Amino acid sequence: MNKWFKSGAPWIWMTAGAVSISLVAVVGLLILIAVRGLSYFWPSEVYEFDLSIVGQQTTVIGEIYDKELVPLQRLQESGADVSGLDGEFVERLLLKTGNREYVDLDFRWITENQILSQKVPENIAVLERRTNGNFYGYIEAVVIDGEQLKSRDDHQQVFDSIRRSNDLIDEADSLQKSEIGSVNYRLERIRLKQRKLELEHALTTDMISDFDAQREVLHQEYLVYEKSLFALRDQAARDSLIVRDMRGELVTIPLNNILDIHFPNEMGVIAKSGHWLHQIYKFVSSEPREANTEGGVFPAIFGTVFMVMLMAVIVTPLGVVAAIYLHEYAANNSFTKLIRIAVINLAGVPSIVYGVFGLGFFVYMMGGSIDQLFYPESLPSPTFGSPGVIWSALTLAILTLPVVIVSTEEGLSRIPSSVREGSLALGATKAETLWRIVIPMASPAIMTGLILAVARAAGEVAPLMLVGVVKLAPTLPLDGNFPFIHLERKFMHLGFHIYDVGFQSPNVEAARPLVYATSFLLVTVIVGLNLAAIQIRNKLREKYKTLEQ
Amino acid sequence: MTQNVSFKSSKSRNFKDKLARYGVSLGGAIVLVALLLIFFYLLYVVLPLFKGADLTPAKSFPLSDNGRTLMLGVEEQNEIGYRFNLDGQLDFYNLSDDGREFEGFKLDKTIVAAAKTIPSHGDVAYATADGEVYVLNAKFETSYPNDKRLITPVIGFPLGEEPLALDMGDSLVKSLAFERDSDTIKIVAIDDGAQARILTFEGEENFISGEIEWTSQQTTVPGIPKQVDQMLLTPDLRSLYMRSGNRLSIYDIRDAEEATLRDVVTINANGANVTDMALMSGASSIMIGNDNGVISQWFDVTENRKRQLREIRQFSVDASVNEISSEYYRKGFAVSAADGSLSVFHTTSNSKLVSEKLSQGKTYNVAFSPRANGLFAMTSDALSFYKVHNEHPEVSWSALWQKVWYEGYPEPQYVWQSTSASDEFEPKLSLVPISFGTIKAAFYAMLFAVPIAIAGAIYTAYFMSGPVRQFVKPTVEIMEALPTVILGFLAGLWLAPLIEDNLPGIIALVILLPISFLLTAWLWTKLPKSIQQKIPDTWSSLILIPVVIMVGLFAFEMSPHLELWLFDGDARLYITNELGIDFDQRNSMVVGIAMGFAVIPTIFSIAEDAIFSVPRHLTNGSLALGATQWQTLTKVVILTASPGIFSAVMMGLGRAVGETMIVLMATGNTPVMDWSIFQGMRTLSANIAVEMPESEVGSSHYRVLFLAAFVLFIFTFIFNTIAEFVRQRLREKYSSL
Repeated sequence: MNKWFKSGAPWIWMTAGAVSISLVAVVGLLILIAVRGLSYFWPSEVYEFDLSIVGQQTTVIGEIYDKELVPLQRLQESGADVSGLDGEFVERLLLKTGNREYVDLDFRWITENQILSQKVPENIAVLERRTNGNFYGYIEAVVIDGEQLKSRDDHQQVFDSIRRSNDLIDEADSLQKSEIGSVNYRLERIRLKQRKLELEHALTTDMISDFDAQREVLHQEYLVYEKSLFALRDQAARDSLIVRDMRGELVTIPLNNILDIHFPNEMGVIAKSGHWLHQIYKFVSSEPREANTEGGVFPAIFGTVFMVMLMAVIVTPLGVVAAIYLHEYAANNSFTKLIRIAVINLAGVPSIVYGVFGLGFFVYMMGGSIDQLFYPESLPSPTFGSPGVIWSALTLAILTLPVVIVSTEEGLSRIPSSVREGSLALGATKAETLWRIVIPMASPAIMTGLILAVARAAGEVAPLMLVGVVKLAPTLPLDGNFPFIHLERKFMHLGFHIYDVGFQSPNVEAARPLVYATSFLLVTVIVGLNLAAIQIRNKLREKYKTLEQ
Repeated sequence: MTQNVSFKSSKSRNFKDKLARYGVSLGGAIVLVALLLIFFYLLYVVLPLFKGADLTPAKSFPLSDNGRTLMLGVEEQNEIGYRFNLDGQLDFYNLSDDGREFEGFKLDKTIVAAAKTIPSHGDVAYATADGEVYVLNAKFETSYPNDKRLITPVIGFPLGEEPLALDMGDSLVKSLAFERDSDTIKIVAIDDGAQARILTFEGEENFISGEIEWTSQQTTVPGIPKQVDQMLLTPDLRSLYMRSGNRLSIYDIRDAEEATLRDVVTINANGANVTDMALMSGASSIMIGNDNGVISQWFDVTENRKRQLREIRQFSVDASVNEISSEYYRKGFAVSAADGSLSVFHTTSNSKLVSEKLSQGKTYNVAFSPRANGLFAMTSDALSFYKVHNEHPEVSWSALWQKVWYEGYPEPQYVWQSTSASDEFEPKLSLVPISFGTIKAAFYAMLFAVPIAIAGAIYTAYFMSGPVRQFVKPTVEIMEALPTVILGFLAGLWLAPLIEDNLPGIIALVILLPISFLLTAWLWTKLPKSIQQKIPDTWSSLILIPVVIMVGLFAFEMSPHLELWLFDGDARLYITNELGIDFDQRNSMVVGIAMGFAVIPTIFSIAEDAIFSVPRHLTNGSLALGATQWQTLTKVVILTASPGIFSAVMMGLGRAVGETMIVLMATGNTPVMDWSIFQGMRTLSANIAVEMPESEVGSSHYRVLFLAAFVLFIFTFIFNTIAEFVRQRLREKYSSL
């Protein structure tokens, strides 16, 4: 034994253990996020429990959300009813019961001694509502245009009328967003134009009456839209559902509050899978509701992608030029060394410092000056002088600059010098060699750098919290109003969405699955991008290995 | 192609080539420019913090009468100054350049005593020989003729033009104190028979006429000193300070019907006599001036459950103190002295900001403007207005990095508390607790990450077979790409409750894992040789993976039983009650694990590279001389690669210090200073993320947050630069080998 220890073999095993821990941790983490994120969309079974709580009998309908083992003793100490329980540990269930406005808590713990009976009734409906979260209950009747129809087993009328009201609401939303939004936007432009003329002391009474006339036209236009908007909304609110909830009472829910309905206990695996895919689609394509704790993440995806693309446009030329300088032009002197140290440090400076710098330098200094020079009419409310997507992109461009530089330089160093010398020997200038030979050959490396930069930027949150991200942006940075791209606007971001929903929302318990789903989305994108970058780099290495031989 | 064309084009080609050269060189310099820009911009924002104050003379007026001044004051925009003298005369002085003259006011009564409130209230009270009290102030009316601001001063009667009756009988008021809040007025009057009485007027608005009706109550102050030199009433109407020579009597006057003597304190500096005293803004502190130039700050400190007025710190000027005047909202004050000097101090930062000699004679009265950007001072020869540049008096080296005795605290402490609802709040901007938090978080993260990362790097680089390494290295490196917001979210919402619920299991895991590794290794040697040879040695890393998983599951399964057995079923309660250690759910252990997780790939990757590139002939030589694998590793490989490992740890440390999202989400963000693993912390980076969006641009708070960012920048700059230098040296060494 002693000899075995002296041989050092156990210590080697210990180092192997460290690797195992790392691997288990990485893979386990990814699996954890994937499982929790994806299971959120799976329609789980809804149970109906008959409970007896301190002698009183109640019925509870809900999904089993969590299970845990608690020591009986602790339960006893907390004053819970423990009659009929024995053993050291008790299993208790966390039920999600929904129906938020009718019960005190939409999550509740129950212990096994409280359960009298438990069943999985076929026709329980899960209603996904626009406000107040899910509703569980039995559909009793559908009220269509004032006429009460008894619920049928195939639920076809229910589905049809929900689809009808949702279509109407979609139409109303799009009217409000594009047409009415455009009217408002034009009104604001007129106001700014007038204010600008006023500031320049060029405003005449003719102009004022002209502006007023334009305003009047827009106002008339608005009234027309408003009328059809209200008509659409009235139409959408025409029908309703009568549902019996777990208290046994009948509740009327207007259809314009219902987003979707499903009957999980009637679904087979295939139907559930279909529903699952549909839910995922809805998650990535729809807008958040209820202070971001429900609904989709489309604006966050859009904001992230838009900002990252903007950043890529800024960082790529800078990074590539810097890398070319370092590898092709720089002499081996102290200035080059200085630049290299700068690159290393840019990569190592904490991201929050970039945020602070971005806020002070870009937002307040540059943005403030732009406002003074070009947008005096809208002061004191800032245009570019407040956090926005362009400043986020610029800040992250500096942050990811080293990533592009390092990756591009690596690509350049893999190109054999014989290729360059050949080109020069044939009479090409250095610039021509670079432009025609070296850069095309290094383009996969540049691509790798860009992908890595994008992956880094997509996951970075801390600096964005200071320079442009918000929890809920009313408008996207890209829309149908001239000039279409609005670089000064604030935007939503997946990473910040995770922070905000997970830590700032009023109902963390209800929002948690959504955070896992968002995390899964973000991790998938980032790990995917990284794997792609690694693949491209490996291919490149192989290619130049053969060139060198 | 003709010769001619090619010649011409080669000229333009040369030009393009040159253009490209300069363009690219410029592009290369951009990186350096970016870094320098960040450095200098941060510095540019931070530097004004450490600039002292300065006074610029703006206007001067000859003294118009010989009457002594009761109170000086300045209007908020620094356009008009005013002076109440002891005879009931109010004069206005135009401080702007528009040449307007203003009419003053004279209270046509025989004044026997006068009093003033704290500067932010700005009232004066005159007692007349008839036993009446007139309350006056200077009012400023703003109008906008032709879109330009015009401020006109008038006399104001805050309580109406009718005087308040003191009901003194035949005796005259000798000494007066006055203070009011929204519905209560308190007047303390001492008559020539050394009788002190407190009058409390409670106002009630008449609903019909809208007028305020006053009802008064009167009580006497028992046992006052024979000779009262100065009286101060606190603006909250709770305490009365009565100075007689060098002794200060403090009365509790909360009850309108009874005044009680709380304490008598001797307040003079050693061997000197007290000349003046004044309340600081917020009225927690009282400043005492002496004739030897010493000014001392006193406030109530709770000691042994008893409030006691204590001397906190001293400031000094060169000559006898004439008057002390405090700022409206901040904790600054100005001192006029007998040598004609005027000095400005700040209590929190314990600093003398500026001291200037205004006159050959003496300086008497002095007053700050409401925004503390102007000073109105009276010297022997003139009344002068000075512009003051004093943006950040509360910040000094000692306020940032040393213990400070804040108002109301029992002792000097390091405190970070930047904002509060109150205007008169004393900002506590000590960077020590949050720097400590940063170091603590980084320490626990490194404690977790360094052993795993370096051991892992050693195994991966030195023992692992090629194909497995090809898979393992990128997998670990993918961790680096994981957004920290996700790690933070998992740490805060998944890991923290998990650890809280399974604390015994986690501790068991830490002990069981190494034991199980050794056990597996030992069992491995006992396996029959035939099986051993079938599985290549290099795969043992993978053999341990199921061991890790199984031990992990076992530890968690066992945790509730352990908890029941060792900690009476609730480890958390046990730690808090039995061991007396505070337990936060989001504690250092959670941060250590989560941030360690984020740092592992950084350290792993660099250390692995360093070990892997140790030249093979070195190890082969060692093995050929009969050393075992382990001996070769410890005596040759690690020694050679140690600079690389060192630089890896430095890089990791740099990352841990600056990491924001994980600490923001996985700690409670309370700036406690405690090494306990069961408590949270607040770090520099998280502090910036939390407070920066709400801080006012250009304020001291904003600049101190920039200073925090600057400190982070310098920290990481040092770590990264050292690491890079070491790596460069190592690379050169390897290439020479």
